[in-house]
Amino acid sequence: MNQSSTLTEEAPAALFARPDTLTEAITNYCPGCSHGIIQRLVAEAIAELGVAAKTVGVCPVGCSVCAYDFYSVDMAQAAHGRAPAVATGLKRVYPENVVFTYQGDGDLASIGMAETVHAAARGERITVIFINNAIYGMTGGQMAPTSLPGQVTQTSPYGRDVALEGYPIRVCEMLSSLDGVALAERVSVDKPATVRKAKKAIRKAFEYQIAGLGFTIVEVVATCPTNWGLTPAAAFDWLRENMLPYYPLGVYKDSKAV
Amino acid sequence: MSEKVLMKGNEALAEAAIRAGCRHFFGYPITPQTELAAYMAKRLPREGGLYLQAESEVAAINMVYGAAAAGARVMTSSSSPGISLKQEGISYMIGADLPALIVNVQRGGPGLGGIQPSQADYWQATRAVGHGDGHIIVLAPATVQEMADMAALAFELGDAYRTPVMILADGLLGQMMEPVVLPEPLNSADLPAKPWALTGHGNAREHNVVNSLFLVAQELEDSILERWQRYRAIQEKEQRAEKYLTEDAEYVIVAYGAVARIARSACNLARAEGIRAGLIRPISLWPYPVAALQETVANAKAYLVSEFSMGQMVDDVRLALAGSRPVNFFSHTGGIVQTPDELLVALRRLAAGESIDLVPYQSRLA
Repeated sequence: MNQSSTLTEEAPAALFARPDTLTEAITNYCPGCSHGIIQRLVAEAIAELGVAAKTVGVCPVGCSVCAYDFYSVDMAQAAHGRAPAVATGLKRVYPENVVFTYQGDGDLASIGMAETVHAAARGERITVIFINNAIYGMTGGQMAPTSLPGQVTQTSPYGRDVALEGYPIRVCEMLSSLDGVALAERVSVDKPATVRKAKKAIRKAFEYQIAGLGFTIVEVVATCPTNWGLTPAAAFDWLRENMLPYYPLGVYKDSKAV
Repeated sequence: MSEKVLMKGNEALAEAAIRAGCRHFFGYPITPQTELAAYMAKRLPREGGLYLQAESEVAAINMVYGAAAAGARVMTSSSSPGISLKQEGISYMIGADLPALIVNVQRGGPGLGGIQPSQADYWQATRAVGHGDGHIIVLAPATVQEMADMAALAFELGDAYRTPVMILADGLLGQMMEPVVLPEPLNSADLPAKPWALTGHGNAREHNVVNSLFLVAQELEDSILERWQRYRAIQEKEQRAEKYLTEDAEYVIVAYGAVARIARSACNLARAEGIRAGLIRPISLWPYPVAALQETVANAKAYLVSEFSMGQMVDDVRLALAGSRPVNFFSHTGGIVQTPDELLVALRRLAAGESIDLVPYQSRLA
């Protein structure tokens, strides 16, 4: 990072500078949405590890569909759910490159579940950043594979009925049974302490990828204030009260820790 | 000069693709393209390349998308139902201007259809290979030699015009053995540079983006117009067809792929009876070789289209001739292969002044 050396009037900007792995483009995320934080943590990790020059990101369909404008590393846009397959192609041509995907819950755990599970099973040396906010954001708030039992969405207007629509999928728990997975960790960004933890997990995932240990996934339990119909602060309260009990934070697989 | 070897069409295409610089293959098993994938699985690791069996055709084509985005000469192969699954990815590759080779060793359809030779994906390949306002180049081999020769051509055209290219073969060509002279291996240093590829910016350039999304309508229109300028250049420069005995032909068969071989025999039989028959064999199905067809109009009294389908190319022939000559049709479908004798009878009837538009359920030619 290119930080200002003098702490004068420019001090605040220097203390919280934009990592040069992000462009100056204004994001299309709603105010108060967790994406801004998570996107930045990923950018910081890439910058701190000094791998921006050989990093390629993949942004599929969802709220992060325009992330190719936000990251200053090489970027591929991918079809809905197909990011792990696209990342596989990118990585297999240049195995020394660092390849990450940035996917939402509908993308990763619904339409792209096959690509996710098989990339993990192959031990594909990619890093998946999985934003789980229990709803389809981009299309305006439909039920996601991670929507909670009873959760009201545009397409579950009477609340998610598990008898009718089945149960939410706990992705980290599921993937942790696969031998190809080097790291599966669930984090949150609802307060400074969890943001710091999330940053550590994301950085670790990239480090494991660079070390060639296998497939790495960091699931970030996140908010969607707009489609949840809550203020940003109330959304974090809802996350702590409803999501974290169903999606406990923690490390589900760490091949180095074994 | 390489020696002549006896190979299956699927294997000859695979070997030729490797010699054309292809080091990455992503596929999913399906009959009747199996030999192609199996050959790649055996050979590519020994060439420092990668054969990866994907979890589905959907994943395979998206791996191709990723590898093509990284700048590799990359291919996949499948057969009709599998190509349907790849259509999403092909559309994205068109939209992102990514070159790659897609091989369709056609089988019968719709649905699971059958595993016998078919040309029933002509419409899909030339008209609707994916959603949106786009095309891909489609090449149709008729011999094992051509299966081999088209691999390098497909990669060259794809790189030159930044488009996916399909080799549209069929189970007959794929599994038939013929003598073939394989092309000399290409020097990897001779492959074209791809400054747009996602290789990591290396702190040496602005970041590259591979993308098919344009939320501003004007930007999308501009990107499509730019692509269609390339399509226009392709239509002007890349029409390919073979003509056989067409100089004085009064009755011209139009057939591609394996059917063209049968039609050639029928022409010879007809000539022996004094019927001046000829053959136009489209080699590029998109762009369609309109010029080659129009060049034969002066002497032609009637045209006869024959396919392994209910007549999917026949509209292109009618469009090319623009009503100037009658266009007749005879085919089999579902894996039944027409015989030279059947086409001879059709030619006789044309020579007798009849017009025919026959498919087997209407009337067996006898």
